[in-house]
Amino acid sequence: MTDDDRVFKALADPTRRLLLDRLHARDGRTLTELESELEMTRFGVMKHLRVLEDASLIVTRRSGREKLHFINPVPIRLIHDRWIDKFTEHRVSALTDLKRQLEEESA
Amino acid sequence: MTSTLSPDIGTVTQVYRIFIKATPQTIWDAITQPEWTQKWGYGLADQYDLRPGGQYLGQASESMKQFGMSGTVVDGEVLEVDAPHKLVITWRMAIDPAMAAEGFTKLTYEIEAGRDGVSKLSVIHDVSGRPGHGAMVAGDKQGPGTGAGWIWILSDLKTMLENGTRM
Repeated sequence: MTDDDRVFKALADPTRRLLLDRLHARDGRTLTELESELEMTRFGVMKHLRVLEDASLIVTRRSGREKLHFINPVPIRLIHDRWIDKFTEHRVSALTDLKRQLEEESA
Repeated sequence: MTSTLSPDIGTVTQVYRIFIKATPQTIWDAITQPEWTQKWGYGLADQYDLRPGGQYLGQASESMKQFGMSGTVVDGEVLEVDAPHKLVITWRMAIDPAMAAEGFTKLTYEIEAGRDGVSKLSVIHDVSGRPGHGAMVAGDKQGPGTGAGWIWILSDLKTMLENGTRM
């Protein structure tokens, strides 16, 4: 599996996206903190965190006796450069503008 | 596209990790040697006295001088050196009086050799109590689209080392 494959696979799961959102709201959290916000077993959360770590979307650091989880935004940036820029943001924004305009007209 | 995955600037430590197809020594040189540091990121001519207590100065590059910036842009002190694997320094935006008044942040570079000639570079930036620095290195000051901060800087370093060109 390439690095890109790991990132796309990691992002393809709603629980893992939720974990990233929770870390985005507040970075550098322990497993216990993250687990408390999810309806899932500790083992389940650990499994998802490991997939995110394998994709380098999170990085863990030891702080005393605790293991803290940090978002690493770099892989998303690289995917953005590789996949989003290439297909021209201009065309994408033209379509999102059109969508907004049509929705406003029908409102 | 608005990114929802930028780091939370309110946190005290920001962590960035990138994989680069280069040896730890090459990455170490790219970070610590002025002839290399001028080729990526903001292109400062970085000068390190690579021993604990040694001075660190990031000097304005020729192109910055054209914009009226001169002298020391960033300053700090070397705290820990384990070439080519670990460098810990203090780091402060010296050229901006408001930022300089915040005081020094703590910046750690970790470089690990991996498989197939790919090394892992981690940047751990402790910006505790330095919100201006935190916002800047998270890329907040530059506005959407420019994507500055560590994300851009490290992507640029990767491109420079792997392709020999700038982004």
